[in-house]
Amino acid sequence: MQFFDLLSQNEQFLLFSALKVLGVFLVVLPMVGASVLAERRVSAWIQDRIGPNRVGPLGLLQPLADGVKTMLKEDFTPNHVRKAYFWLAPAITVIPAFLTLAVIPFGSQLGSQKMVIADLNVGILYTFGIVSLGVYGIVLAGYSSNSKYPFLGSIRASAQMISYEIAMGMSVVPLFMLVESLNLSEVIAYQAGGAWLVFKQPLAFVIFLIAAFAETNRLPFDLPESETELVGGYHTEYSSMKFLLFFLGEYANMIASSAMMVTLFFGGWTLPVMGLDAPATSILGGLAHVGIFIGKIGLLMGLFIWVRWMLPRFRYDQLMDLGWTRFIPLALANILVTAVVLWVIH
Amino acid sequence: MTTQDVFFYVFSLLTLVCGALVVLNPFSRNPVTSAMFLVLTIVSMAGLFVLLHAFFLAAVQILVYAGAVMVLFLFVIMLLDIKEEQRRRIKTFGLVAGGASVAAIVGIFAYSLFQSKLGPASPAPLVAGATRPLGELLFSRYLLPFEMLSILLLVAMVGVILLSKKDLK
Repeated sequence: MQFFDLLSQNEQFLLFSALKVLGVFLVVLPMVGASVLAERRVSAWIQDRIGPNRVGPLGLLQPLADGVKTMLKEDFTPNHVRKAYFWLAPAITVIPAFLTLAVIPFGSQLGSQKMVIADLNVGILYTFGIVSLGVYGIVLAGYSSNSKYPFLGSIRASAQMISYEIAMGMSVVPLFMLVESLNLSEVIAYQAGGAWLVFKQPLAFVIFLIAAFAETNRLPFDLPESETELVGGYHTEYSSMKFLLFFLGEYANMIASSAMMVTLFFGGWTLPVMGLDAPATSILGGLAHVGIFIGKIGLLMGLFIWVRWMLPRFRYDQLMDLGWTRFIPLALANILVTAVVLWVIH
Repeated sequence: MTTQDVFFYVFSLLTLVCGALVVLNPFSRNPVTSAMFLVLTIVSMAGLFVLLHAFFLAAVQILVYAGAVMVLFLFVIMLLDIKEEQRRRIKTFGLVAGGASVAAIVGIFAYSLFQSKLGPASPAPLVAGATRPLGELLFSRYLLPFEMLSILLLVAMVGVILLSKKDLK
């Protein structure tokens, strides 16, 4: 501990922030692996198959084998692509997914450190800003591939993601009217004691959840890559490590939006039993809070996977119709009703 | 030079260089490249807002301009045939008009900069980063301009819908 006392306030802040960033990476990357495995096993159960069970006990090492296999494949760049954007696109897809995790409080406290990388007072706006940049990766991938299927996929993706971002952004406005702050730590503090916002704003949650499916390009809204008509959509021309980055980005996006939903609607790291609502005083309590947060994310990821294998894909006009003529008016009405109720109460 | 100064120079340099590359790129006349440099310009301007503790403005800048407006730009560029744009040379008239307007704006800025008295080096922010005081100011002191802007946006929206409708009934 003497070593820490020698450091200035600034240096301690930098050191702990770096540690937190490293910690988040070390937790999220294995989570991606675990969700890929879960996806394959769950899909197998749903379709009455067995699924991958050969690599390691119960097939637990399968993600490792998949990762190594993908990396060792030939990294092929077709002749007809626009090289600079072709290389840039996978990176632009992955980076926003991880940047959103920076403002999410993934635990209460470990020692004297708050378990959030950046406690911004505009946390939610930051997240939406970064999420809205995620679409560039897909658009550039389709554009740079210079062939028709990726192009169609990326055109679909940009229209779909912009449309659902509006519904998503509007759906959370009532939450912040209730909480009276944009800071995610304060959103969690408001929900302590079991007053989870999913019970107060069920409509907002439903809109947010469905918009999250559209934003992460998951079935039933995976039109940008729908393999039956577009071969694979925006990543048709990609192979090896670059393809892996798109894959990683998709799952990291799912984890980020699950984490967002846990924070906004399911009380974040709190649990209304055994005094787990208050910030932890011991290291063990702090770890328990991080564990609760990861557990809640796991449940929502399960929902993502379950839905993917239960529902058929939407048609493109149905998707746009749902976004613009159903969800946006509903979200607006929800804002209005919440405002009136708050006005009557006060 | 403090860390803040370093960041200020980095972001302003990025803003200026990327802004110049939007209109004057010696390596490529590709509209998509111009659009991507415009995105970079917007993001570095958001960085400048953060240095001024205007977190709300920075977030909204990225959300609205980089995240929505520029994606629509890209969308349109990709849908239109861009080969003609790429082949077209820079026109003299455009160059002269553009240069003249830049010179005029620089002149106005320089004039007002030298006319105004300089405050302390780092004044306390008028509205510290928080969103609440900004909202309160918008709905009290600056209510009229705020409402006027809203009406302007509404008019623009109605106009767009009117223009994009092929046949009016």
